[in-house]
Amino acid sequence: MLQFSLWKKIVIWGLCALGILLAIPNGFYDRVEQSNDANVVLSGGLAANPEIGAMSGAELETVADQWPSWMPSSLVNLGLDLRGGAHLLAAVQVGDVYATRMDDYWQQVLGELRGERATIGTIRRVDAADGELRVRISKPEQMERALELVRGLASPIVTLSGAGSNDIEARADGDVIVITMSEAEILATNDRTMAQSLEIVRRRVDEAGTREPIIQRQGEDRILIQVPGIGSAEELKSLIGKTAKLTFHPVAGRTSDENTRLQARQILLPAGDEQGVFYILDKTPVITGDHLVDASAQFDQNNRPAVGFRLNTTGGKIFGEYTANNIGQPFAIVLDEEVVSAPTIQSHISGGSGIITGNFSVEETTNLSIQLRAGALPAGLTYLEERTIGPELGQDSIDAGALACMVAFGAVLVFMFLSYGLFGLFANVALIINVALIFGLLSAIGATLTLPGIAGIVLTIGMAVDANVLVFERIREELKAAKGPARAIELGYERAFSAIIDANITTLIAAIILFVMGSGPVRGFAVTLGLGIVTSVFTAIWVTRLIISTWLAHKRPKTIDV
Amino acid sequence: MRLKLIPSETNFDFFRFSPITLGASALAMIVSIFLFFSMGLNYGIDFKGGTTIRTDSTHAVDVAQYRAALDALNLGDISVTEVFDPTKPDQHVAQVRFEAQEGDEAVTTETITAVKAALNAIDPDMTFPQVDSVGPQVSGELVKTAIIAVLLSVGAVLFYIWLRFEWQFSLGAVAALVHDIVLTIGVFSLFQMSFDLNIIAALLTIVGYSLNDTVVVFDRVRENLRKYKKRPLVEVLNLSINETLSRTVMTSVTTLIALISLFVLGGDVIHGFVFAMIWGVVVGTYSSVFVASAILLRLGVKRDWEKQDGAAGTQFANIDA
Repeated sequence: MLQFSLWKKIVIWGLCALGILLAIPNGFYDRVEQSNDANVVLSGGLAANPEIGAMSGAELETVADQWPSWMPSSLVNLGLDLRGGAHLLAAVQVGDVYATRMDDYWQQVLGELRGERATIGTIRRVDAADGELRVRISKPEQMERALELVRGLASPIVTLSGAGSNDIEARADGDVIVITMSEAEILATNDRTMAQSLEIVRRRVDEAGTREPIIQRQGEDRILIQVPGIGSAEELKSLIGKTAKLTFHPVAGRTSDENTRLQARQILLPAGDEQGVFYILDKTPVITGDHLVDASAQFDQNNRPAVGFRLNTTGGKIFGEYTANNIGQPFAIVLDEEVVSAPTIQSHISGGSGIITGNFSVEETTNLSIQLRAGALPAGLTYLEERTIGPELGQDSIDAGALACMVAFGAVLVFMFLSYGLFGLFANVALIINVALIFGLLSAIGATLTLPGIAGIVLTIGMAVDANVLVFERIREELKAAKGPARAIELGYERAFSAIIDANITTLIAAIILFVMGSGPVRGFAVTLGLGIVTSVFTAIWVTRLIISTWLAHKRPKTIDV
Repeated sequence: MRLKLIPSETNFDFFRFSPITLGASALAMIVSIFLFFSMGLNYGIDFKGGTTIRTDSTHAVDVAQYRAALDALNLGDISVTEVFDPTKPDQHVAQVRFEAQEGDEAVTTETITAVKAALNAIDPDMTFPQVDSVGPQVSGELVKTAIIAVLLSVGAVLFYIWLRFEWQFSLGAVAALVHDIVLTIGVFSLFQMSFDLNIIAALLTIVGYSLNDTVVVFDRVRENLRKYKKRPLVEVLNLSINETLSRTVMTSVTTLIALISLFVLGGDVIHGFVFAMIWGVVVGTYSSVFVASAILLRLGVKRDWEKQDGAAGTQFANIDA
């Protein structure tokens, strides 16, 4: 057990060196962070820090050079409770969308049945639950005909999972036609609503230019939003609350000259998909995103990918008039001061819905439809959880945590030395390597350090010596049985092994369950605890043993004092 | 001169008073359960829904004044507690908590704004470095997940020990675990300390730590049972505990050193969390000897490993026959 082959020695020391190297940037946190930010800006990214954003190229170079580029530069992310910021858990009211959809279907149904009034009698919409449309006809004996007409309005679903089914289902209930969305359509609609909401929220938050915001879908209908550095949850809410600006403009021309002279009430906007291309547009939009109710990826009559959109009644009327008068003219779809596309009007578009064709792939139409829909939040958001942590409190927590870590660390080092002498020192070297490895691993996997996470590290410091204590106590016992130093050490490691493994696996089980079930800070704790267990077993079983075996080979002591 | 917490040779009889120690543990558990049902836990907003606001003022905190200002808002049950941190004598921090309002599905900004305004009327310079608000819907889910997490980890551990040892060991270990968890809940109920998600994390760590301790003792018991086949179980258990005693104390002390420094210096935000762990380490160390091993003694252990090994060679022949 005490003989190490050369390659094993190299691997063990190599791992330790790697861990320490990866941990080093965290010792110079501010400097490395500034340097990283500057590098991001230099490579064309957005500045996470307004101070860095305001710097000139030369200044940026200086800041970037604060940290040598050949050194690892990954840092442990600081959680909200340490950096300060806001946390929101929002529920998307996916049901909102059903109601609007039903209003739209009503318009379509009305349009379809109106022409057949002679056969089916008068038609009237009656009250119904959300996600249901009920239409009463005065001649129920003609129900078959009416249903046939309504079913004709259904269109096939394009998504993979829903392939083969239609978007709406219609059935008769006495003299009432009941129209509901199909199972597949509800799923597809929910997914679309969530994707849209995430997209909008992400854009809104990115606009604020903060560092590494987390925007995630959670479960069926929730969005988790964590933004470090923002003042309060209310601020974050108002940021998300704003709607994106979408406008449709008449196109006056197309140019590659950024400095084109414009006539009165014209604007020059860049094309989103082509570099260096600009559109000259009428400043007054034909319609705005406020009129848009939906957009989806579709196929045109030639089976080419296209984007279908629907406008509300007012928007439909305006758009109908405009398209009737401007057939053959291009018009621009502008999103956030950028021309998303500029299709040519091919026909008069009545009824408020239309189709945008172009040189699209299916992926592009999906994206474009998401972007179009992103004009406004598709459904209301309600906030289930909100948390604000002020930056000073976060800094206090870091300071307190760091101090506690230092003191705990120092006290344990002294205690180990007093108890085990030279062997205590060996264990202390392993403990220092252990803490470095934890930070190195945390940086390498980009984990987030939270306040409970710091507690996890402190706990690990206390517990990490356990494996060494087990071994040392065992060595003491073996020495009492009058075995020679080398033999006693060897037996000590051998016999303590099963206890070390069993004891640590049980703690690891708890850490894994915490990680899987926990959220936020609790999960941060589980990560540091779990990593701490792995590194402490590694350092106790390999590193101290290697140190002791090297020492034994070097000194060849007749007796040892553990 | 070496620091020795435990003499190198000990020969305590840990089971001499085992009816008393087991009885005391049982009594403590009953009291904890009684406290839990009579006084209940002081659930934090993670579990009950509601809002906590941390206030930071330049003036000394007057709890009664805060309370009077907030009572005017009719928010139902309000609690105002001053936060003491011995390391920062010049800070005046309080924790204001109120429950989720009747009929609210989600968090209302208006309520929070009203509370802040009411408090700012007392001290215009008061700041609110931390605001947490959890809607009732989410809090229900958090409780469910927390209970599942604790049960899962206990179950997983039961299974692992049964796999590695015998079912008697497994029962002993889990009895110790339940003992530790129940006593921790009892202490939180007795002192009415805020019980939130972080405490659940602490509970699970206690599960891990207590297990760690128990397993080390059991590992030695298993070894000694093989070594001394003829000695009575009580002697083997005593011998094993005495042999591992020095390690048990060393590890507990180093862990406690680390935790106590965190408790004193780590700031008030994690006081409850660290307190739970300190308590857990103390109780967990006690229970691995006086509960887990005592139960193991009462259950008895099957001691025919060697016979099984001896029969191993003929097992296949038996199957064929």
